[in-house]
Amino acid sequence: MSDLFMGISPAIPVVLAGLLAVILPWHYARKVLMVLSPLAALFLLLITPQSGVYGVVEMAGLSFETYRLDNISRVWGLVFIIAAFLNGIYAWHEKDRMSDPSGLIYAGAGLGAVFAGDLLTLFFFWELTAISSIFLIFASRKGEAYRAGLRYLAISVLSGVLLLGGAVMLYNTTGSWAFGGVGDVGVFSIDTPGGMLLFLAFGIKCAFPLLHNWLQDAYPKATATGAVVLSAFTTKLAIYALARGFAGTEILIWIGAIMTAFPVFFAVVENDLRKVLAYSLNNQLGFMVCAIGVGSELALNGAAAHAFVHIIYKGLLFMTMGAVLMRVGTTKASHLGGLYKSMPLTTVFCMIGGAAISAFPLFSGFVAKALTLSAVLHEHHYIPWLILVFASAGVLEHSGIKIPYCAFFGHDGGHKVKEAPFNMLLAMGLASFLCLYLGINYGALYNLLPYAVEYQPYTYDHVVGQMQLLLAALFAFTFLMRFKLYPAEKDITILDTDWIYRKVLDGAARWSCAMLDRLGGAMDQGWAGLGRTIRKGLFNLFSPAGSFARDVPSGIMAVWSTLLLAVVLIVAYIYAS
Amino acid sequence: MIEASFLPAALSDHAPVLLVLVPMVLAAIVAAQPSGRFGWLAALIGVVSTLILALDIYGQMQASGAPVAYAIGGWQPPYGIEFRIDGLNIALLLLLGVMGTLALIFALPSVADEIAKSKQSLFYAAFLICFTGLVGVSTTGDAFNLFVFLEISSIPTYALIAMGAQKDRRALTASFNYLVLGTIGATFFVIGVGFLYMSTGTLNMADIARLLVEQNDNRVVQVAFGFILVGLALKAALFPLHMWLPNGYAYAPNFVTTFLASTATKVAFYALIRFTFDIFDPTASFVTGLLTWVITPLAVMAMVISSAQAIFQVNVRRILAYSSVAQVGYMMLGFGIASLAGVSAGMLHLLNHALMKGALFVALGAFSYAYGVRRIDDFKGLGQLMPGVSAAFTIGGLSLIGVPFTVGFVSKFYLVSAALERGWWWAVALIVFSSVLAVFYVYRILINIWVNPAPVHEPAIKVRRVPMMILIPLWILALANLVFGVQTDLLVGLAQDAARAALDGGMGL
Repeated sequence: MSDLFMGISPAIPVVLAGLLAVILPWHYARKVLMVLSPLAALFLLLITPQSGVYGVVEMAGLSFETYRLDNISRVWGLVFIIAAFLNGIYAWHEKDRMSDPSGLIYAGAGLGAVFAGDLLTLFFFWELTAISSIFLIFASRKGEAYRAGLRYLAISVLSGVLLLGGAVMLYNTTGSWAFGGVGDVGVFSIDTPGGMLLFLAFGIKCAFPLLHNWLQDAYPKATATGAVVLSAFTTKLAIYALARGFAGTEILIWIGAIMTAFPVFFAVVENDLRKVLAYSLNNQLGFMVCAIGVGSELALNGAAAHAFVHIIYKGLLFMTMGAVLMRVGTTKASHLGGLYKSMPLTTVFCMIGGAAISAFPLFSGFVAKALTLSAVLHEHHYIPWLILVFASAGVLEHSGIKIPYCAFFGHDGGHKVKEAPFNMLLAMGLASFLCLYLGINYGALYNLLPYAVEYQPYTYDHVVGQMQLLLAALFAFTFLMRFKLYPAEKDITILDTDWIYRKVLDGAARWSCAMLDRLGGAMDQGWAGLGRTIRKGLFNLFSPAGSFARDVPSGIMAVWSTLLLAVVLIVAYIYAS
Repeated sequence: MIEASFLPAALSDHAPVLLVLVPMVLAAIVAAQPSGRFGWLAALIGVVSTLILALDIYGQMQASGAPVAYAIGGWQPPYGIEFRIDGLNIALLLLLGVMGTLALIFALPSVADEIAKSKQSLFYAAFLICFTGLVGVSTTGDAFNLFVFLEISSIPTYALIAMGAQKDRRALTASFNYLVLGTIGATFFVIGVGFLYMSTGTLNMADIARLLVEQNDNRVVQVAFGFILVGLALKAALFPLHMWLPNGYAYAPNFVTTFLASTATKVAFYALIRFTFDIFDPTASFVTGLLTWVITPLAVMAMVISSAQAIFQVNVRRILAYSSVAQVGYMMLGFGIASLAGVSAGMLHLLNHALMKGALFVALGAFSYAYGVRRIDDFKGLGQLMPGVSAAFTIGGLSLIGVPFTVGFVSKFYLVSAALERGWWWAVALIVFSSVLAVFYVYRILINIWVNPAPVHEPAIKVRRVPMMILIPLWILALANLVFGVQTDLLVGLAQDAARAALDGGMGL
């Protein structure tokens, strides 16, 4: 039986299930598909014994490699399957015909892209992730979400167009659509124009600095369950593609370092906790991008491990916020607080997720981040290393402390709500278990990684160094809370002994953010005004009554022809002499 | 496709001249009798016979690997008129045959609906003469003879467009404008040919080409090229000389629009390629200069500005007409790139565009037949009322945008590759931008067809069932858009042969 299914891409059952879910009117039938199809995908992944290219489809003279399994795609494929499965459980209660199929097709497309062996297949699934995921944003059915969804779609499609353009150019120069061979990394160079386009295409989806806004714009506006799915696939797919295409590209180290640092400031002042998570997602991606830039085997292991555990704990955090959103109806920090009394289990899960993302020892984040940090240091990139360490502290501040504290503790928001439904708790519980399990039994994680690892995360200096960082941050936080140096909702310190300096920086950051916000508002208005003017101008030019499209008498047309003749003769004269 | 001649030798020896002769003689017969149905049948016979003869000539060329030449009346060139068919014009002849046949099938119900009974036989006679002219332009190897055929095709076209007056009186002004402009174009062209005759003393194309190689510095030759370029560009509706086209297409009878949109401007485009690459010296500095600095800018302006114009139109046929101008821009861009890849992309788009616009205009004809609708607001809810026709229209629309797996994608892909080969990044950007504009205008129509509900009428309005004679050509064209979007070998092969014949000379097979 396993021979029969050998070589079928794991994406196929998930996408098919998604297509089936489009037409299935029964809510639970769709949910069964959402839980079972990842298992089918897992089955297909497990029965494929070794690396290689399977599932080659010939069409119109092109061959599409739909299933390339190797040490790199296996890691991503596996975690995508886990994420899809957890989402199936998490969304069990939700009766929504729009988000079920789109979540499935989206997950399937993510898998398909990870297993794509050539650029055309990659492009196909790349666009499919964009188009299917949009409905997860639309599903919250608010005008704001609709607009954000369209912006998201435009940017995603732009990325797809760049990808296709880059692929065509590479094809023109090399005559091949290949996206590296089995096990290859860093196959393209940004020195060629085609490579540059691919780099930008991946960079948009990776949320490189200045290309990142779509993420914070769209994800927090998705539904409670939609944000969980979204957080797993698109960006990590881009990380995968980046590792494949551009591992060892020096500039990525700096891009990654900046990506880890700058969202910290935004996350500090942000009030919507799901948006805080979106910023912290950006910061986490920075670690992976940085590791890809280093490009050594240790670093790529770090990126893969980080992506793996990150999908799980980031999903967990989005799940807890989703549960809060569902029960309370908002994730605004200023409206929340004190929920630990009514949602104790969710509180615990959120703290586990927070601990994992802040890389507490014994949690999965620690064992993954240690790889990246060691790799960066090992290649003597000291300044990026310092930035990463600073950003690690920042993560603790906004994801590890701010989110649990604002949502579940802090001043009591007075919400008396029920605990999250059982299926959500189950999904969060499973994710929490994985966060702890992979942190303690780290060998299981390291065995999955692309390259053989000889690495020991729990050494004296690692643990103590990390604990110093974390405890100092916790102490500073507690100290400041105790003496009410910061009002709870607005200011939470980030780690440093020199807190006055921090306060200035924090204040400066918040001031610039506020200013930027206002500037943004003014710009928005300006754009809208400009848009109206341009639209009116275009209409005046091109509408049936407009000057370009009005019916003109034949005399004017004759003048045009003569004019063109004159131009032609002049050009001919110039060129002939 | 076809490997050898299959007609009896008596016919196949004279196939080049029969191509023109059969429709011409039939036109005279049709004009002399009153029955519209007989006229339709005769027109169909004329068009189908052209298609068969063209296929036979294609077979002859495949077998011999050389162009087919025919000296009219036994007068050898360069003194007599020569008909000469190579890889470039055979593509046009096949296109004329196929599109003419499909359009004519659609004509029977559509013309019966739109043209008064007493005028139908004359209508078909005019059509046959127009068809004769178009075939003649695509066959002849004589520069002046080409002018004659160009006029033979144009004059009945004015009459055909004016026939739309029965439904909309604006057809009369549209036709008059076209008459004035078309005459200007033809005059420019014939002045150019006159200059050529002045400097070479011959009218046979091959002979002119031979003598022109020495004369690139001759101002008369340069001026001749200028006149011919502008004259034919006007006929091909190159922006900004396209202004006769939108109204002409919008107010002509449906059948006429379908036929003209898929053939007439194409033939002028063919003549442009023939003159530029086969008669003049394409390496001469004034030719390359004009292609790069006049044709190419106008082509991209057509792509962008006409697409923008299409977005704001109210009449759906005008939307498609402006879109045609934009598509001519794509072809002209291929022409302006002037490489083998560019010209073959232009030729491919020429063939593909005939398929898309054919499907779209036949679908519009079906809508108009059933409900008499033309304005975009009246298209609301057609998706529920006429799902089959709407689906075919949708396929054509997607193809027009250039969605993958349609012919529109294939030709844009080749055009982009050609532009890249030349290193014209900006052109690629503009192709993409103009495709985005196409998304807008197609979206406007499709959203009305599929999403907006149909208005409710009390009492319900009478609807005519769309006959099979409309549905069959419609679906052939719509499916061709999909089939040739996947199975690209045939059309791409034809286009590349054509480009090779134009640029490298000989057969290009």
